[in-house]
Amino acid sequence: METFLERYKNIMVLSVVLLAQFLGLAVQVRTPAARGSDGKGVRLLRYWVVAMMSPPEKVMSHTGTGVRGFWGNYIDLRNTRDENQALRAQVEQLRLEQAALLEDAKQGHRLQELLDFRQKYIYTTVPAQVIGTGGSDESRILTIDKGSKEGLKRDQPVITPDGIVGKLVEVFPHTSQVLEINDQTSGAGVLLEKTRMRGVLRGNAYGQPQIINVLPDDRVKPGEHVVTSGGDQIFPRGLAVGTVVKVVSDPDREPYVDIVLKPAANLQHLDEVLVVTETSDQLPAAAQRDLAKSEAAGAEEVEMQRASDVLAEKLPGLEDPNAPKGDDASKDAAVDLRPLKPLSAARPDRFSPSEVRPAAQMTPGKAPVITSSARTNEPMNEGAQPVRRPKKPAANPNGATPTDGTAKPAPHVNQESFIIPGTATGPDKPLTNPQRTGASTAPEKTSAAILRAAPGAVTREQHQ
Amino acid sequence: MAVLANSRRELDSQQFPWPIMLAAPLLAVFLQAYLPLRYPRLDVFDLPLLVVIYFSVSRRSPIAGTLIGAVVGLLQDGVTHQPVGIHGIANTIIGFLAASIGLRIDVDNPITRMLMIFAFTLVDSFLYVVIVRHLIAEPLAWSWVHQIVRAAVNVALGLVLFAALDRTRLRD
Repeated sequence: METFLERYKNIMVLSVVLLAQFLGLAVQVRTPAARGSDGKGVRLLRYWVVAMMSPPEKVMSHTGTGVRGFWGNYIDLRNTRDENQALRAQVEQLRLEQAALLEDAKQGHRLQELLDFRQKYIYTTVPAQVIGTGGSDESRILTIDKGSKEGLKRDQPVITPDGIVGKLVEVFPHTSQVLEINDQTSGAGVLLEKTRMRGVLRGNAYGQPQIINVLPDDRVKPGEHVVTSGGDQIFPRGLAVGTVVKVVSDPDREPYVDIVLKPAANLQHLDEVLVVTETSDQLPAAAQRDLAKSEAAGAEEVEMQRASDVLAEKLPGLEDPNAPKGDDASKDAAVDLRPLKPLSAARPDRFSPSEVRPAAQMTPGKAPVITSSARTNEPMNEGAQPVRRPKKPAANPNGATPTDGTAKPAPHVNQESFIIPGTATGPDKPLTNPQRTGASTAPEKTSAAILRAAPGAVTREQHQ
Repeated sequence: MAVLANSRRELDSQQFPWPIMLAAPLLAVFLQAYLPLRYPRLDVFDLPLLVVIYFSVSRRSPIAGTLIGAVVGLLQDGVTHQPVGIHGIANTIIGFLAASIGLRIDVDNPITRMLMIFAFTLVDSFLYVVIVRHLIAEPLAWSWVHQIVRAAVNVALGLVLFAALDRTRLRD
């Protein structure tokens, strides 16, 4: 006997150890319900393991977070002011948008009350830090640094601002385990946002969340958003779950299909999560205050708009009501930006600005020759832009009117002359541009030079 | 460089300080749970399995290997949500086999170590898939290509880890 035990003791020890574990495994997986809640022995084992692992995990996580936070805060401070201003502007904008949606929300609440449907709002949350994982790609478990001492309980939902993460499956005094939505044993009631199809979310063998046992529907397209339906009594209604990636057939359950999702929350890189510890039919006090503020801001905006409308009605408009309506572009295009030119004299004489020959045709030292138009009282400036007169043939220097149609207009007709604001016009005060002619700055110039500088203008000196 | 042990010294049981024997498995389970949190790709490592292999072949006692495998495996199960015993059973068998082989081969030989780690990692994967699919009847995605890559990665890590643990041995 002693020889037998001595000879097979290794195998016997191995058998005993394996047998004990097989029995323990069999007890745990005996019924599906047993999977949901561990027995006392298993729970005790998990508790001790987590109790051993969590202190160093907390130290590592908090140290890493502290270092990253210190550095990040230091860097972020450089842009805080600009970011703060931008965020304030965004908050104001969102307040107005929220106020605009408020009426719809109130109407929705009234209808829900009529239907006796109770909307659950997230009332209180406990922020927690993720300090560990399940250590295996087959077990989608997270360990967080908050437990029953902080008010956490089993089956409470765990979320991030981006979307849902999972639910608490084990709660210890100072730590908890979160079962992620992409675990094969998880479950959540979800709703496709556009097609309004409901289903159960569960992780597949590849660690992707998917809606299982769905009847094929062509309306379901990749990219459609999926939210929680609230039907599981765990996750509040309307939280983001993810977006549809593809629809795959389920070979085990024909003709049902599975809808594979991309989770809204980044399940691979989770640092901090929120555990929803309380939900309520009423909005949280802070949210109600925020809503009231938005409502007030929206009312103020409406009041300001109304006041401006009243003022606009009472005050006379700056626009001519009789003016023909046209677009601004055509108005701008109609503005004549060409330089102002003097009107033609009704009875031109030798003092008229357009009645003098161009300087190029004058001889220095001789008096300027007045064109025949001054004598014949016929206008010579048919090319001058501001003048709106019917075209008449230009007279030639000897006073004959061309009849063959080849006569060219007098060379001075396109010469520019200017009106200086405040400058009187008259026979004794000819139209001159001191800046252009230089008359005021260079009185010593000869009359020919002045005339060359300002063709078509006649100075007092020349006149004398 | 013989793979098989050819001297009594090569078959002697290696002794380690008890703090190392205690801390190494705990540290392995801790790192296995913590590292994927920061670097999700590192979940391909199997530090607890490497520790089981190392101490089992070093102690050259099937009973010790069995117990080391069982304890480390159960610890590993404790941090998961899976039924306790999946890793426990797999690691128990690996510990027993590693200790049995350690009685016959030179476990200090790098080539031996590479082959041993590669083979035991694949055996561990095989045991895991059998337990999950056939004992607890849960669906499990499986790719043997992935498992071979995983085994190769663990060989690389194991060589470094084994060399580090060699320094903690008690000398005669």
